[in-house]
Amino acid sequence: MTQTSTPAIEASGLVKAFGDTVAVDGVDLLVPQGAVFGVLGPNGAGKTTTIRMLATLLAPDAGSARVLGHDIVSEADAVRGLVSLTGQLASVDEDLTGRENLILLARLLGYRRDQAKARAAELLEAFGLENAAGRQVKHFSGGMRRRLDIAASIVVTPRLMFLDEPTTGLDPRSRNQVWDIIRALVGQGTTVLLCTQYLDEADQLAERIAVIDHGKVIAEGTPGQLKASVGQSTLHVRLLDPEQRGEAERLLARSLDATVNLESDPAAMSVAVAGADSASDAIAELVGSSVTVAGFSLGQPSLDEVFLALTGHPAEDVAESEPHGTIEGVPA
Amino acid sequence: MSVAPTAPAQAPPALGEALHTALAAGERPPRPGPISTCLTFGWRGMLKIKHVPEQLIDVTLTPVLFLLMFTYLFGGAVAGSTGDYLQFLFPGMLVQTVLFTAVYSGVALNTDMTKGVVDRFRSLPIWRPAPLVGAVVGDSVRYLLAATVVTLLGVIMGFEAQAGILGVLAAIALVVVFAFGLSWVFTVVGLLMRAPNAVMNTGFMALFPLIFLSNIFVEPRTLPGWLETFVDINPISHLVTAVRGLMAGTATAGEIAIVFAVAAGLTAVFAPLTARLYRSRT
Repeated sequence: MTQTSTPAIEASGLVKAFGDTVAVDGVDLLVPQGAVFGVLGPNGAGKTTTIRMLATLLAPDAGSARVLGHDIVSEADAVRGLVSLTGQLASVDEDLTGRENLILLARLLGYRRDQAKARAAELLEAFGLENAAGRQVKHFSGGMRRRLDIAASIVVTPRLMFLDEPTTGLDPRSRNQVWDIIRALVGQGTTVLLCTQYLDEADQLAERIAVIDHGKVIAEGTPGQLKASVGQSTLHVRLLDPEQRGEAERLLARSLDATVNLESDPAAMSVAVAGADSASDAIAELVGSSVTVAGFSLGQPSLDEVFLALTGHPAEDVAESEPHGTIEGVPA
Repeated sequence: MSVAPTAPAQAPPALGEALHTALAAGERPPRPGPISTCLTFGWRGMLKIKHVPEQLIDVTLTPVLFLLMFTYLFGGAVAGSTGDYLQFLFPGMLVQTVLFTAVYSGVALNTDMTKGVVDRFRSLPIWRPAPLVGAVVGDSVRYLLAATVVTLLGVIMGFEAQAGILGVLAAIALVVVFAFGLSWVFTVVGLLMRAPNAVMNTGFMALFPLIFLSNIFVEPRTLPGWLETFVDINPISHLVTAVRGLMAGTATAGEIAIVFAVAAGLTAVFAPLTARLYRSRT
């Protein structure tokens, strides 16, 4: 099955409105197979609505999309056979145990009873959940729930997996685990569409990123291109002795040819740099001088900075408006 | 009930070889048929009874109290003796028990809709009404459990069925058939209401007048004419008449046919409506 020429997702002009609120306002996406494609945007930008249309849960009001070559409306059933979805809410049954959830899904996907049990056991082990397997999911921690959720999505390995903010609310350790799982999935040949609010996360995982705002794609490219469009990152420096700040400021300003911001912490300062090379040169010069550096870091531009650069406005935190009870027609 | 350890002290499990093996093993088996899929969803319903037995206890406790209270408190006044009244009341109590349980089909569906698990089901390549049909089929087991509890209590209190155990089993089966039809009404309510509590309240509010204004508690001929007319039309009265008949061994084919017709009618109207609302709810 080498159909790598077929894009994983090919969407043009997708529109979805809920009442007067246009959640998705003409989204175009071209997602190649075999990598993580990041969709980056603040809450309410239309990420979840876009995913729900692509996963055949919502019919678009306008526009069209093909998933692995199948139309999401007229061939919805074929699409469902190729994708799986891990939603923002845990897409598992909280009253059931971890094992029961996986057996349930395996049965629904066509496994025989004994096969379903074996598959559930295999997945529980693979995701480090054997000890919690007999516990109801409502007593799981956030990280465990998320792992179970992803395990439920790969009972049958999907060709395309939708992950909607998989690490929101997780502690750093659980987040790293989820990242490892995503990398392993892609290593196995699954394409992942990853929605996230964190530039850092998209940067870590995604080969390409689309930035979405107010229901539209406002930028698309590799993480490097995206950051380059922001222009610069920020070098933070802390000194051991605040007395030396004046000299450090002079050295940095000369080396980087930029204005140094003195921070409220009397031992700290920051300066915009074009890239890692010039930053390390400046640090080397600083360390070679009489100034004692306590620490330094090169900050990634934040989502806010990306948004500010791309849109001229900061990322607004609009509540995603998907009211319950909205009637629309998804063909069976 | 132990709260899961969110323990930061616990080392994260190493997701290594086993993960890759598991990912590589995810071959897609042949797609299951609609019946198998519905039965799987029915199994999910069973698991819910196992994990959340409170629901079953709630709905069974009310009729148990009703049976005890009406028999011993009003029995003497209404029928001359508690024993005679029990003979009259018990079939109706069985009906009441199962019909209240049917409200939970709507409550369970409403609860589901607020959870992400519905998104999972809807994104699976399965026969689309399967989650609904399976849930309602699974609920039939709930009805049987509730019916068994009330029947055991009735027998302990001294209820005697002239038609014997077969008559009682036939009566229970008929009530379950009726409840299957009625549960589609509550699934529609479940999809229209915002919260599980609202579904329960609406369901009970709708059922209470229908249950009291039926022939469960008193002979309709003791009522004023206009009320007697309503009671005679009430489908629940027809169900109770058929159930009494089956337990006494005097049921006619016509009495039973009416119950099947009502159940089929409710299913024909409200099952497709449920499926439609389920598909379109976002």
